[in-house]
Amino acid sequence: MTEETTASPIVTVDDVGQTFAEAPILQDVNIEIFPGEIVALLGKSGSGKSTLLRCIAGLLIPTRGEVRIEGKRLDGPNPDTAMVFQTFALLPWLDVQQNVELGLEAQGEHEKERAEKAMRAIEMIGLDGFENAFPKELSGGMRQRVGFARALVTEPKVLLMDEPFSALDVLTAESLRNELVQIIDAGKFDISSVVIVTHNIEEALILADRVAVLGSRPGVIKEMFAVDLPRPRDRDSRRFKELTNRIYDLLASKPAAAEPAPRTERFSAPGARDGSPPSGSGAPVKKGPKMLPDAGVDAISGMADILAREGRRTIRHLADDLGLDVDDLFPQLDALELLGMAEAADGRIELTGPGLRFAHADIRSAKEMFAAASLRHADLVGIIVRALARSDSQKLPAGFFRDLLARHHSDRTVRNQMRIAISWGRYGELFTYHSEPDEFVLDHGYEQAAAAQVQPQ
Amino acid sequence: MIGLKYGRTVASDVSTETRGRLVSPAGARRRFSLPLGADILTAAVVFLILYLIVRIGTSSDVPLPPPNNEIDLNPWLLPGYSLASLLRMFIGLALSYVFALVFGYWAARNAKAGSILVPTLDILQSVPVLGFLSITVTGFLALFPGSQLGLECAAIFAIFTAQAWNLAFSMYHSSLTLPKEFDEMSRLFRLTAWMRFWRIEVPNAAIGLVWNGMMSMGGAWFFLTASETISVAGNDYALPGIGSYAGQALKQGDVGDILWAIAAMIILIVAVNYLFWRPLVAWAERFRNEQSAPEATPTSSVLNVLHTARWPRRVGAMRRAGADRLGRGMRFLGSDARPIRSGTSTGRRVWDFVFWLIVATILVWGIWSLLDYVMDGQGPGVFLEPFGLAVFTMLRVFAVLVLSTVIWVPIGVKIGMNPKLSRIAQPLVQIFASFPANLLFPLVTSFLVWSGISLNIGGIFLMMLGAQWYILFNVIAAAQGIPSDLREAMADMRVGSWLWWKRFALPAVYPGYVTGGITASGGAWNASIVAEVVSFGSTTLTAAGIGAYISLATAAGNQREVLLGVIVMSIFVIAMNRLIWKRFYRLAEERYSID
Ligand SMILES: Nc1ncnc2c1ncn2[C@@H]1O[C@H](COP(=O)(O)OP(=O)(O)O)[C@@H](O)[C@H]1O
Ligand SMILES: [Mg+2]
Repeated sequence: MTEETTASPIVTVDDVGQTFAEAPILQDVNIEIFPGEIVALLGKSGSGKSTLLRCIAGLLIPTRGEVRIEGKRLDGPNPDTAMVFQTFALLPWLDVQQNVELGLEAQGEHEKERAEKAMRAIEMIGLDGFENAFPKELSGGMRQRVGFARALVTEPKVLLMDEPFSALDVLTAESLRNELVQIIDAGKFDISSVVIVTHNIEEALILADRVAVLGSRPGVIKEMFAVDLPRPRDRDSRRFKELTNRIYDLLASKPAAAEPAPRTERFSAPGARDGSPPSGSGAPVKKGPKMLPDAGVDAISGMADILAREGRRTIRHLADDLGLDVDDLFPQLDALELLGMAEAADGRIELTGPGLRFAHADIRSAKEMFAAASLRHADLVGIIVRALARSDSQKLPAGFFRDLLARHHSDRTVRNQMRIAISWGRYGELFTYHSEPDEFVLDHGYEQAAAAQVQPQ
Repeated sequence: MIGLKYGRTVASDVSTETRGRLVSPAGARRRFSLPLGADILTAAVVFLILYLIVRIGTSSDVPLPPPNNEIDLNPWLLPGYSLASLLRMFIGLALSYVFALVFGYWAARNAKAGSILVPTLDILQSVPVLGFLSITVTGFLALFPGSQLGLECAAIFAIFTAQAWNLAFSMYHSSLTLPKEFDEMSRLFRLTAWMRFWRIEVPNAAIGLVWNGMMSMGGAWFFLTASETISVAGNDYALPGIGSYAGQALKQGDVGDILWAIAAMIILIVAVNYLFWRPLVAWAERFRNEQSAPEATPTSSVLNVLHTARWPRRVGAMRRAGADRLGRGMRFLGSDARPIRSGTSTGRRVWDFVFWLIVATILVWGIWSLLDYVMDGQGPGVFLEPFGLAVFTMLRVFAVLVLSTVIWVPIGVKIGMNPKLSRIAQPLVQIFASFPANLLFPLVTSFLVWSGISLNIGGIFLMMLGAQWYILFNVIAAAQGIPSDLREAMADMRVGSWLWWKRFALPAVYPGYVTGGITASGGAWNASIVAEVVSFGSTTLTAAGIGAYISLATAAGNQREVLLGVIVMSIFVIAMNRLIWKRFYRLAEERYSID
């Protein structure tokens, strides 16, 4: 695709912000998309990429700012955009042709014309012969081809894609990416620009003319840069690797707001004699407890084992070796970092002293170390333990903590956070949770962990 | 089963849950999420509707059609009678589907409509179907003065009430749990409202609707046969049909003819199942929203034959052309190209307030008028008798549940864990459950008359005749659903030992048992209306109970007492569901579900 022209932008995302249930998901997002370019929105999962894409599609009206298409303010879905879904979103009861015709039928085209257009699209996208097949008879790659055909046949000005390849296996994704580039480059369909959402850095660098990197909570554009590489792109070129590492760093680095949160005095450990002094007197606005990464205890210790074996590695190599997306590793890496067991810098990650001890410990002491670390670093776990220690019965209804979180987060987040905190707390034997009266009860591991916290080794 | 789960966000595949569960039409599905206040409010609305029907029905001097209860007991006429019953059944079913599509979808789509419709449907489910019959029959007679048509309508309406609420919930639930990507896709591709409904919503709901229709039709036979013979204001009426045939045989005390009716009924049930529901269920599989095919899909040899025939394809082509034209014609209904709104605007609040104010005013006025009518100048004391009688009936319902549980849970577990046995037993149990138990009443009644057992006790067995199968069927299904690895893991424990039952088998079938129990409970309440007054030949037995109160009042044409009885019975059903089944159900869902 040609580099950006002097033309005016097709899509203008103007100071967009989106909140769900008081929780800011997107903040101050500004993007312009010009005719003829492919823009990738890149970020960790949960950073708000899909939300942003849905704002561009007119499916969501942002709570702040506006989206304009060719200068017209969006107030709903419109024919200038069409979407390709991560999960394909094909109707299982319609055959391929009927699925492809759906958008045309909605526009009121007659049966004959829409069949002609659909067949043309089906042919161009390499689906001929499959037009009478039902989605469940198709492989994942074929299904997504139907998704492409359905979007392209309406000839939208802007093609929107939400992680279109992430539900496919690696090889299928690779070949489909190449085909997509060919189809767009060949100009077989009258589309002008493409916006693709992805969490896969290489995918962004292979496809996009420009990449917008989104930070998490709230989703802000951290950086926007042009991919100054000739097409087709060579993954092994130096520049490609440089860009990859740079983006890894961007994604791995913590947003300023999530620096070690100031301890709230209210819940300071009763065991801590001197209490923890409020760190940083000019503390920022309280945002509630810091989020726990969505990582299970087994996965965390598994990751610690791997890091202990591998030494200092780049996150990217780690992911490659394990045959995983970086995105799959982030929760565990984030958890280790949060617990003070690993440190990341320059796209590399390494266990700290406590991390190494944790990795080599037997189950009993690993549990104790985990307990001490989560009591110290995992805000929500610490809050629960300290509150339990303070209550006379050493029991508290879970609703108490849920309400605490609900002030800053959506229901879904609250449920997730509680689930994670429960599993961490149980593993460290800091507290147990009884679903029947829905309450937390302090467990015996607490005293030891609190003591360990007072005298850190 | 889906209705039961609706209102909670169990968005898992609706149809897998539906499959293999048997639920009766009335009193089966509960939502259990409403606060008490909302229950009372919506119950008031429903009672008002019933009251309105009664008032319309009794406002004018309705010329009753001439008494007509001539049913020829010649067995050769039975096929004709069966067809007449079948026709009523399908008309009722078709009306139920129309109602379900319209109101189920409306309730899911429009929050305001939903906030009224959903609790209303929920309460409507608790009103005994035969209570509806008693109340509506005079209304329908008034609609067609002096004609048999009013009775036909009442019978069809009874079938409708046995199925419609159920199906509407099924539609509502499917629409609420529509996969998010389909909703987004529909909006983004700006489908027309017509397309959204027929291309997305209805197919998405299809499996649930078909299974629910099949299951509730089983129960509807009971109400159909009961509604074909009815006495209004001292006159006996019979609509030609299989139910009235049995009724006539019963009146003449002719066991041979009753056996003919039973045989015809079994043939009818099996035939409808084989020729209609099986093919439909197999066909509905195409609407399953699953990326990979499940291990065992329902099949139907009848459907296979249809598939090889030519004419369906011809019809298909014509249908497509027509649908295309119709689809474009329906563009005026608007399109789905709306953004997803988050949050509510404050401007609406005022309208909300005005809306609820109007509703409240109508309610208060209506309830006042209703109470005035049923108390008939005698004060609140009129409630005493029906309440006391309802307690008797409730005890009978408890007895039915306890007996069915003790007998069928162990047997159901054994059958369900034995694949060979359950393959034979399950279709049989399904036929038992579909079989209208009232056709068997004469046999039991003749025994009661012969042995001199009071109907106060004997009524329990009559009510149990139909209700027990729901428990058995659902326990079998639950036992079948226990993962085999779990079963093997439990092999260490001595199979059949008390511990094995207590820690493994009983908890594992508990969710199925609760589903069956709720259904059986609703079924038993319903059955009380026909089971507490029975006659055989010239002997009439009567039990003390609210069911007898309602049917005697119907026969006497005392609409005030019918309404009073139905209201009291509904209150008991609602209370029992909320106070007892709600707890059991919650426990089943939270603690004992195997996922
Ligand atoms: N409709 C919604 N209601 C509440 N929270 C939402 C909603 N949609 C998304 N979120 C939240 O917004 C955040 C970003 O979601 P999303 O845009 O899907 O991220 P991404 O696509 O980058 O993974 C997540 O934390 C998610 O829980
Ligand atoms: Mg996403």
